[in-house]
Amino acid sequence: MGALFIRDIRLGLRAGGGMLIGILFFLTIIAVIPFGVGPDLKLLARIGPAMLWIGALLATLLGLDRLFQVDRDDGSLDLLIMGEERHMLALTVLIKCLAHWTASVLPLVVASPLLGLFMNMEPQAIGATTLTMLVGTPAITLIGAVGAAVAVSLPRGGLLVSVIILPLTIPVLIFGVSASYGAIEDPAPFLAPFLILAAITLFFAVLGPFAAAAALKSSTD
Amino acid sequence: MRLVGENVGGERGGERIFSRLGFTVSAGNALLVTGPNGAGKSTLLRIIAGLLVQAEGTIRLETPPTTFETLAAATHYLGHLNAMKPVLSLDENLRFWRSFNGTGRCSIDEALELVNLAVIRHLPFGYLSTGQKRRAAIARLLISDRPLWLLDEPTAGLDKTSETQFTGLMQKHLAGGGIIVAATHLPLGLAAMELSLGTSA
Amino acid sequence: MSDAVSKTGRWIDLANPTRFLNLASVILPWLGGLTILVLGIGLWMSIQAPDDYQQGATVKIMFIHVPFAWLSMMCYTIMTIAALGTLVWRHPLADVSAKAAAPIGAVFTALALITGSLWGKPMWGTWWVWDARLTSVFVLFLMYLGIIAFTRAMDDPAKSAKATAILTLVGFINIPIIKFSVDWWNTLHQPASVLRMGGSTIDPSLLWPLLVMAIGFTLLFFTLHIMAMRNEIWRRRVIAMRRVAARGAERRTVQ
Repeated sequence: MGALFIRDIRLGLRAGGGMLIGILFFLTIIAVIPFGVGPDLKLLARIGPAMLWIGALLATLLGLDRLFQVDRDDGSLDLLIMGEERHMLALTVLIKCLAHWTASVLPLVVASPLLGLFMNMEPQAIGATTLTMLVGTPAITLIGAVGAAVAVSLPRGGLLVSVIILPLTIPVLIFGVSASYGAIEDPAPFLAPFLILAAITLFFAVLGPFAAAAALKSSTD
Repeated sequence: MRLVGENVGGERGGERIFSRLGFTVSAGNALLVTGPNGAGKSTLLRIIAGLLVQAEGTIRLETPPTTFETLAAATHYLGHLNAMKPVLSLDENLRFWRSFNGTGRCSIDEALELVNLAVIRHLPFGYLSTGQKRRAAIARLLISDRPLWLLDEPTAGLDKTSETQFTGLMQKHLAGGGIIVAATHLPLGLAAMELSLGTSA
Repeated sequence: MSDAVSKTGRWIDLANPTRFLNLASVILPWLGGLTILVLGIGLWMSIQAPDDYQQGATVKIMFIHVPFAWLSMMCYTIMTIAALGTLVWRHPLADVSAKAAAPIGAVFTALALITGSLWGKPMWGTWWVWDARLTSVFVLFLMYLGIIAFTRAMDDPAKSAKATAILTLVGFINIPIIKFSVDWWNTLHQPASVLRMGGSTIDPSLLWPLLVMAIGFTLLFFTLHIMAMRNEIWRRRVIAMRRVAARGAERRTVQ
């Protein structure tokens, strides 16, 4: 399993700057917002956590549709499915998700404090948003894995995956953003939504791989 | 050890393309699946591999108990695609499959030597020619021990020399008590039973 | 091919990658040494320079911020010329030059943004404002990253060269916008003070260190650029040699 993780990390880093494109997309989304809402620093600071979360959500979805499709295109997916007895397929999916998250989503989380400065956010707000993103984005990847597995046999499944996935990620967004605001606005609690966010991630760490594995098994034709 | 198929039927796109196939291949023997295009050779192989569900009938591998739990675990499947990543080196690709599928008698060095790719093992897989890629995929069969080899047009892209070499490797596998089921339209140079699809229909 | 070479005439020396490598190995030690010397002098002059009566020691950020900002634009201009070289003159090294310059330009732009934001925090009370100058430089940074991602996404250099060149040319629109943004829009960023009609508005005690630093960093840029071009040529040779090796292995087995 470690070998699969290392292989996928290597692929993520070597294959044509996918990581860079994700960060660039994230940067661009954040750069576009002030043009839309106007460069009012107070307003930007207030909507900052929400905008960072939406930007990260969209950037996470980027490239997620290829999660299994690249393996299908070169025939590896058949062998991964046939390896079921040695390595439970759900576990294989989980490892692939973790590798994808490490190679393409973790850099977004690392870049987010910098973007927080662009949005004129307070240090505490930046810290809280980054922390919630660190905990919450794996859930997006895991939900996305289900969509990617369902659409794996579609040749142009990319957009469809995003459309399927986005509604399902709304809870992650709600609790991620409310935890971020909980850290800066006094009456709102931080810990409760944060723990729910962590629970969502853990929940999908179980459900996502099993659902994706089932979808993958039925996709071989 | 025997591979037994009874009354097997397969579908593609909702249409029955073969039915009531029966075959028994015992250890040390090969089965050549032949027939015109579209007769269902690949479909049959994918059914045996467990990647497709058969429309009817049963397929089982009769082994001494406790060796293999499922048919797929005892099987190497070499399809049309080579299952290698173009950006990783030959070595990295094979090391991954070896740790994923389990180690075998043959080390990666020996396997690469057997398919004549040892000198370029450090190159990214994408740089290799079609025949070299195919030979790399054959090396994957050697590095993990699996008794049943399912080969779908295994010699596609191979030149005469490599073909002869591959025949040698297959004979060695059979001599060691393995089973080969190969879909092909070319003689592989093996003494084998033949299962002809699509002729009776 | 010989026709094309005769047309390019005096470019022949540089058009040949091997000649370029030879030339680079001769120039680089001198250029590197000169860079260190000038930057050393510039640094010493910067430390010696008096503090500003309003801004205090913070003003010294200028000595690195202004050269970085200037280089971020110069690097893009060089890439634009290289893009023309690819599209119009089909100079074989133009593509190498553009590809090598992009990461260096991105780093200088990032440094300009970072130093600017470090300077802006005590002056304006915030790390970042979305005014015309800052935003346009940020857009420049995004364009650098876009070009880098684009060249990396296409593995065949011959194919990516033209596409990248066109992309670079289109993006050049941003350079005059950056330059004149402080004049066209009323912004927080101060207007041009070094290069302007009717002489500089900066006191000579600050101007001289700034000029020396600017020259030093420009030399640094060219040193890095030539080194990066050399690396790129080497990288392409390695790729070519690997392909030859893959074919060579085949011949060995046949014999």
